[in-house]
Amino acid sequence: MTRDEALFEFLLRMGDNTLILGHRVSEWCGHSPVLEEDIALANTALDMIGQTQLWLGLAGEVEGKGRTADNLAFLRDAWDFRNVLMVELPNGDFGQTLMRQFLYDAWSFVMTDWLKGSADARIAAIAEKAHKEVTYHLERSGDTVIGLGDGTEESHSRMQAALDYLYPYCGEMFEKDKADELLAEAGIAPDPTELRAEYDDIVGRVLAEATLAIPGGGYVHKGGRNGRMHTEHLGHLLTSMQWLQRAYPGAAW
Amino acid sequence: MKNEWPLWEIFIRGQHGLSHRHVGSLHAPDAEMAVKNARDVYTRRNEGVSIWVVEAKHIAASAPSEKGPLFEPSESKIYRHPTFYDIPDEVGHM
Amino acid sequence: MYAQMIKTASNGIKPREEMSEEERAFQDKIDNDIKIEPRDWMPEDYRRTLIRQIGQHAHSEVVGQLPEGNWITRAPTLERKAILLAKVQDEAGHGLYLYSAAETLGVSRDELIELLHEGKMKYSSIFNYPTLNWADIGAVGWLVDGAAIVNQVALQRTSYGPYSRAMIRICKEESFHARQGYDAIRAMAFGTPEQKRQAQDALNRLWFPALMMFGPSDAESTHSEQSMAWKIKVKSNDELRQQFVDQTIPQIEYLKLDLPDPNIKWNEARGHYDFSEPDWPEFFNVIKGNGPCNVDRMKDRVAAWDDGEWVREGLLAHARKKAARKVAAE
Repeated sequence: MTRDEALFEFLLRMGDNTLILGHRVSEWCGHSPVLEEDIALANTALDMIGQTQLWLGLAGEVEGKGRTADNLAFLRDAWDFRNVLMVELPNGDFGQTLMRQFLYDAWSFVMTDWLKGSADARIAAIAEKAHKEVTYHLERSGDTVIGLGDGTEESHSRMQAALDYLYPYCGEMFEKDKADELLAEAGIAPDPTELRAEYDDIVGRVLAEATLAIPGGGYVHKGGRNGRMHTEHLGHLLTSMQWLQRAYPGAAW
Repeated sequence: MKNEWPLWEIFIRGQHGLSHRHVGSLHAPDAEMAVKNARDVYTRRNEGVSIWVVEAKHIAASAPSEKGPLFEPSESKIYRHPTFYDIPDEVGHM
Repeated sequence: MYAQMIKTASNGIKPREEMSEEERAFQDKIDNDIKIEPRDWMPEDYRRTLIRQIGQHAHSEVVGQLPEGNWITRAPTLERKAILLAKVQDEAGHGLYLYSAAETLGVSRDELIELLHEGKMKYSSIFNYPTLNWADIGAVGWLVDGAAIVNQVALQRTSYGPYSRAMIRICKEESFHARQGYDAIRAMAFGTPEQKRQAQDALNRLWFPALMMFGPSDAESTHSEQSMAWKIKVKSNDELRQQFVDQTIPQIEYLKLDLPDPNIKWNEARGHYDFSEPDWPEFFNVIKGNGPCNVDRMKDRVAAWDDGEWVREGLLAHARKKAARKVAAE
C-alpha cells in the first residue's frame, strides 16, 4: 500500500462518516419534536454535508482518476463505503439520534483537533474549519444527552436504551489498520487508538452528568471502516440517496 | 399550556460594534438552551457576534398610554441632537 | 398567501359614526400608516382575525416543510442537497417567526399547534399537493415561493407591527428560495429529454395549484373588505394573482417549456396576460380535506408532535431540576 492509497482510504473514511451521518440527520427535517430542534438539527446536517464535500473532494484529488465528491458519493456501491457502522444505523427515536450524534461528535472533536496539526496542509485546513463546527455540535448534542438523561423517568430510560444499543458501535472508531499506521508514521493522521483516552474522558463526563451508565461487555461491532461488512441498512440508504444519479446516468443537475 | 417551554426574547449584536438589537423570540427550556437555539435560529446567515436572551415574562415595558409623557419631553429637547448646531465649515469635522 | 380564505371576526365594516372613540383612534392610526403594536388598544375582532391569519401563515410554513422534505434524501448532488436542506430549514424558521408574532396577541404556540392538529385551523392548500419528481422541487421554489413572495412583499406593509417585521425578515431570507428553484428547474429544462419531460410535468401539475394560493376572486370573499380597511390584507387576491402571472410567463418562455394553460395570452388593452381560472371546486375540495395529501400531511405533523412529547417534557424537567439545584446551592 502506497502512502497515497492510505491517504485515499483515510479521506473516504472521514468523508463517508459525514456523508452518511449527515444524510441520516437530514431525515429529521420537518419531523423534530419542536421547531427549534428542527432548525438546529438541520444546521448540523448542513455542516456535515459541507465537510463531506471537502473530504471527498480531496479524496478524488488524491486518487487522481478525475472523480469528484459527487461521483464518490453517488456512484459507489455499499462495499466501497468506509464509514463506521454506527452512522448508517437507522435514526430510531429522537433520543437515539442525539445519543449517536453525541458519541460521534466526541470522536470527531478529538479527531479534528488532532488533524489541525496534520503534516498535510490540505487536511489541516479542512480540520481547522470542521473543528469549529464540531465543537458546537458536541456542545449541543452533549447538552441534549444530559437534559434527556437527567430529565423525566421516560426520557432517562429511553436514553439509557439508546446508549445500550449504540455503545458497542463506538469501538470501531478507534480501530487501526495498515493505512492508519502509514499515515501516523508520516504525521498526517493520528494513530486512532491514541484518541481513545480523551474520548473516554469527554464521554464519561457527559454521561455521568446525564446519570446514564456505560454498558459493560466490551463487544465491538465493526466492518464498515474497512468495508468488510456493512449493515443491511446502508444499501437502503444508498438506494434513495443515489437514485437520480443511477436512474439518469450522465445527466447534469 | 402547562408544559410549554418558556418564551425568550432574543437580542443580537451584529458584526459592527453596534448595540444588541431585538431580533425576535423563541422557546427554550432554559437560558442556556435559549442561547443555543438563538444561535441556530437567528444567526443562520452570519448575523451576529453576541447573543442576549431574556425570558419574555421578565421584560417590563412602558404602557402605550404613557407614550406621550415618556417620550414627548425628549422630542422638544432638540438641543440634545448634534444637528441642532450649525458649525462653520472652517472649523472642520466635529 | 399562505393565508387563504381568512374569515374576519366581524361582518362588514363599521361606519365611522358608529365607532367608539377608541375604535376611531385605532382606525386613524391605520389610515396614517402608524403600526399597531402588541400593547396598543385594538378591537377584539382585529386581534382574532390576525391570530387566525398569522397562525394559518405559520402552519403553512411548517406543513410546507413536508413536500420539499420529501426530496431531501434523494437530492441528486451534494450541493443541491445542502441548498434544499437550508431552504426547508428556512421554512421552519419562518414558521417560528410567525408563531412568535401570533404569540404577541395572547395565544401560545402550543395552543395554535393543537388547533391545527384538531383540524380547527388550516394551512395553505398548496401543500396538499405531492412532489413527484425532482423538477417539482424546482417548481415549488420557483412557483410556490414565487407566489408567496408576491403576497409577502405586499404584507410587509401590514398594519400589525410584529407581523410586518416578521414579513420583512422572511422576505429578506426568502429571496434565495425562488431563485434556487428556478435554477434547479432550468438545469432540467435544458437537460436531457427525460429531465425536460420532468420539468414540463412539474410545471403542468403545479401551475393551477400555485394560482389557487391567492384564494378565490375577491368578488366572492365577504371578508376582504374589513381586512383591507385594517390593512392586514394589502392587495386584493385578483391583483396579486395577476401580478404573479405577469411576472412568471416570461420565465416559462425563457425555459422553452410549453405554457401550462392554452388560454394564456398577452392582452394589449389590459396590459396584462389573460389566463384561465383554476378549478375552484377542486380548490374547495382541497380546503375541505380532500386534497391528494391532506391526510398524510396531518398524520406526519401529528406524529412528529406526539412522538416529540417526551423530548419536550424531558428537557423541561431537566431545566427545572437544574434551576432547583441552583437555588438550593445559593
